Amino acid sequence: FIQRLLRIEVSLALKEGRISPTELCRKCLNRIKKTHHLNAYITVSEELALKQAHEAESRLSKGVSKGPLDGIPFAVKDNFCTENIKTTCASNMLKDYTPPYNATVVQKLLDQGAVLMGKTNLDEFAMGSGSTDSAFGPVRNPWSYEAAYREKSGADPDADWVIAGGSSGGSAAAVASLTSFFSLGSDTGGSTRNPGALCGVVALKPTYGLVSRHGLIPLVNSMDVPGIITRSVHDAATVLGVLQGHDVKDSTTVTDHPTPLTGLPDDFDPRNIRVGIPKEYHGPGLSQETLAQWSRVADMFEQAGFQVEQVSLPHTQHSIVCYHVLCHAEVASNMARFDGLEYGHRSDVSSSTEAMYAATRHGGFNDVVRGRILSGNYFLLKQNYEHYFVKAQQVRRLINEDFRRVFGSGVDVLLTPTTLSDAMRHTDFVQEDNRTRSAQEDIFTQPANMAGLPAVSVPTALSSRGLPIGLQLIGPAFQDRSLLTVAQWIEQKVGFAPIRYHGDAGEGEIRVDVLPSTPTVWEKNYLIPC
Amino acid sequence: MAASSAGIGTLLCKNINKQIEIFYPTNRRYTWCVIRRICTSISRFRCQGQIKRKSAPKELVGVVGLEVHAQIQSITKLFSGSQVRFQAPPNSLVSFFDASLPGTLPVLNRRCVEAAVMTGLALDCVINRKSLFDRKHYFYADLPAGYQITQQRRPIAVDGTLTYSHLGGTRRNTLITKSVRIKQIQLEQDSGKSLHDDRRGQTLIDLNRAGVGLMELVMEPDMSCGEEAAAAVRELQLILQALGTCQGHMDEGQLRVDANVSVHRPGDPWGVRTEVKNINSGRNLARAIGYTTKLHCSGPVRQPEFMPEPNLPPLIVYDRPSTAPPCVHPSQVVVLEEVRAGLPELPRARRTRLVESYDILPEHSFTLVNEDGLTDYFEAVVKETKAGPRKVIGWVNQVLLGLLHHHSLSVSQSPVTPQMLAQLLNLQENGQISSSVAKQVFQELWRAPGKTAQQIIQEQDLGIVSNTTEIHRICQKVVDSHPDQVQAIRGGNKKVLNKLMGLVQKETKGRADPVLVRSILEEKTS
Repeated sequence: FIQRLLRIEVSLALKEGRISPTELCRKCLNRIKKTHHLNAYITVSEELALKQAHEAESRLSKGVSKGPLDGIPFAVKDNFCTENIKTTCASNMLKDYTPPYNATVVQKLLDQGAVLMGKTNLDEFAMGSGSTDSAFGPVRNPWSYEAAYREKSGADPDADWVIAGGSSGGSAAAVASLTSFFSLGSDTGGSTRNPGALCGVVALKPTYGLVSRHGLIPLVNSMDVPGIITRSVHDAATVLGVLQGHDVKDSTTVTDHPTPLTGLPDDFDPRNIRVGIPKEYHGPGLSQETLAQWSRVADMFEQAGFQVEQVSLPHTQHSIVCYHVLCHAEVASNMARFDGLEYGHRSDVSSSTEAMYAATRHGGFNDVVRGRILSGNYFLLKQNYEHYFVKAQQVRRLINEDFRRVFGSGVDVLLTPTTLSDAMRHTDFVQEDNRTRSAQEDIFTQPANMAGLPAVSVPTALSSRGLPIGLQLIGPAFQDRSLLTVAQWIEQKVGFAPIRYHGDAGEGEIRVDVLPSTPTVWEKNYLIPC
Repeated sequence: MAASSAGIGTLLCKNINKQIEIFYPTNRRYTWCVIRRICTSISRFRCQGQIKRKSAPKELVGVVGLEVHAQIQSITKLFSGSQVRFQAPPNSLVSFFDASLPGTLPVLNRRCVEAAVMTGLALDCVINRKSLFDRKHYFYADLPAGYQITQQRRPIAVDGTLTYSHLGGTRRNTLITKSVRIKQIQLEQDSGKSLHDDRRGQTLIDLNRAGVGLMELVMEPDMSCGEEAAAAVRELQLILQALGTCQGHMDEGQLRVDANVSVHRPGDPWGVRTEVKNINSGRNLARAIGYTTKLHCSGPVRQPEFMPEPNLPPLIVYDRPSTAPPCVHPSQVVVLEEVRAGLPELPRARRTRLVESYDILPEHSFTLVNEDGLTDYFEAVVKETKAGPRKVIGWVNQVLLGLLHHHSLSVSQSPVTPQMLAQLLNLQENGQISSSVAKQVFQELWRAPGKTAQQIIQEQDLGIVSNTTEIHRICQKVVDSHPDQVQAIRGGNKKVLNKLMGLVQKETKGRADPVLVRSILEEKTS
């Protein structure tokens, strides 16, 4: 049944004609309507999706597929520009903004024949960790409505629903609830991995510079990376294979030819892999259940012959503070362009240009955005610059150095929790402000952004409340493929069961044979570079 | 330059008065000086005569530093693919990036980097092999992103020298050569333009200029007056034009000058710094610095905030092609060796060459090079005439240039072409006309450029009179009617002979061969 399918299998099913792209697209559109209460989408591009699906169908019927993504439904976080489709950043400022161009990553997926279902909800301008601070309302975690959560916690999902995590909560909820087969998030301090962990999906933040940011409305240019959310590690590799590579429109993308990601090896020798467990990640606030998962997977590694060792990243504790200084400073700078002149919301106040600016920006941005702009400008003031911005950059270099030393000593991958715990109830989450929550939620994820390293969150188990727990793997720069190889190993060992769709009879019509969980067509002779 | 700016004087003065910004005081002392309004007086403040302070016994000394913004001559903008063109329809040259659409990123134009490197080399700068871009934040309507991308921390070129000359001395014909240190050259974006419609209370914005590549050249305060500053800017303009890195048309805003002027009494600390912004012509520059307006000291202005531009990696300039990394395509790198090899002849070298090849004076070469097109004109005349270069230079630098300035024309607008002048000089060389007739004919050519020198001479019967009998007759007549002068000559005052010669030429309308006249007169007065 479709809910059991990973994307690769759908792709195969499409190719073999067991299901048509139009049929698949319709199923997803129906499901979007049925899961409307999740508030995962801001815009659903139904007409365009059906048109694209139809085109894919005619290609497939002629046997001229564009590749593994041809005809596959996907969703895009609403901070990536999409030509002729509203791109709001979940803000009143861009509520009616329709960009005239596609982000490079969106264009690449469209060129591959993937079918765009719509734009997903987020915290305004990606500033948040719960997808609760959106001008379009919060995103609900699909697991709130699963039997496991309802039964174990005895909760009423309409009152006690849990957050999806953020800021790419809509993208994670879309994939978890099977309204899209993969989605794009953005990851600045954990914004892809955090909701990935809380929604029980695979969430990859590639190495900074591997994937183009052109068309991604920035939060922090020096840390933003387009993120990939999928239902399997293999799918994440497939999508990364399409997205990675130099883009002339983004000067920070690497010019070297990236490693192809056509398939991940599954027959490597674990004895050649060294896994580091950073002791600094065992900090206050880490839930017992997440800690237990962390230990469990570390033990699994050890039992399988991996070399598991404790490592130290001594500057980790200072990372989150510095992350916030750098983030707010760049936010202040990046948000300066929203003055209502060239595009976006413009206030009616017209007594002077300055008055118009002030009213536009007050009406267009929420408190979180305005607060970050204010503090960011404070950090950038000439008299404060050395004390805050420059110091934070120095610490950033030290954090970078920590990772470099550990990886330089021969460690291939680091295993850490992704979040402190499973998803919080919305009513609990909003007891603290956005800044406090971001500091808690990004604690394990933002160091990888500070250092530009690839990191992936893999779901490992359900908590006692019936909610997903994810673990994070961090790898050396541009070793995304090796990272995914280890992630896939975990995925296969833990046997995490994603959400099964509880559809009506109509939904069950798609008959697709479930493929074996380990595909047999992958390359066999690949060694992980160490 | 002088010709091109003549018509815009009044317009500019308004702008200058409006745009004067008073900067924060640099020390505790506030120096007040009375400076008249720009353009309300035509008298010039010269280097020798420092600013006079009414009822102040001690003289004030000026210190001038310049910041020059030169628009890079390139097909597209500094970070986007939009075209660079002056006076295109408003907002017709605006890319998504120029309009700061969210999600767009800057992509550095290699041509602009080359232009800055070339300019840096021409000004003896140290080229930084690695330079960085920064954001400078302002809230201006014509700066769509809210910041300008510039090079604050580490500019592309530093520590250069601009050597310039100006004519000084009592007769203003002595060449004075000085130099000013170039602190740095930085690459940065130009802003858009705001137009204020006061009647409707609207501000209109044109982004065609937004994002055009600029080289900001920061000069050390090594100059002491407007005249020096104007000469330095003129030299810079010539260098940029020779390099082709900036077209240098001040009236089109391709070269804009901000002057930091401060005055102090010798021995005292520097006074209040006044910044005069956007001076669009050399003449106005000299005046603006000379006069500046009465100083009104306002409170400190908020400093713009800076931060590193995160979307542009460090800009690397390679010494040789072999030092560039192999993964980068050769079309993506700027190589110092190649830029250096492409350096054209610079104005200074050109002047030296002119002095050496034509045996003319340095001040002559200065005039030739400083007037647009005059060197070419001069060389074209020299090529086609038997007259020596030293003779030609007098015609070109004095007769021709005098008329051009009088009529506010540029060299290219001269009604007399180099060929026409060459013909005229040839007639004189051949002994067909006298030098005074030649000057007369030149005026005729200027008035009626359709005719040749030959035609004018024939029509007006200006050919030289070499009929000895006729000249003898006229000389005799002059000698007979001026007995006193003849007496004086015979008494030993040979200078008086010139007076008699003049009288003969008057009779012959300047057509008589002066050598012949002199010998006849000498004979008759001996």
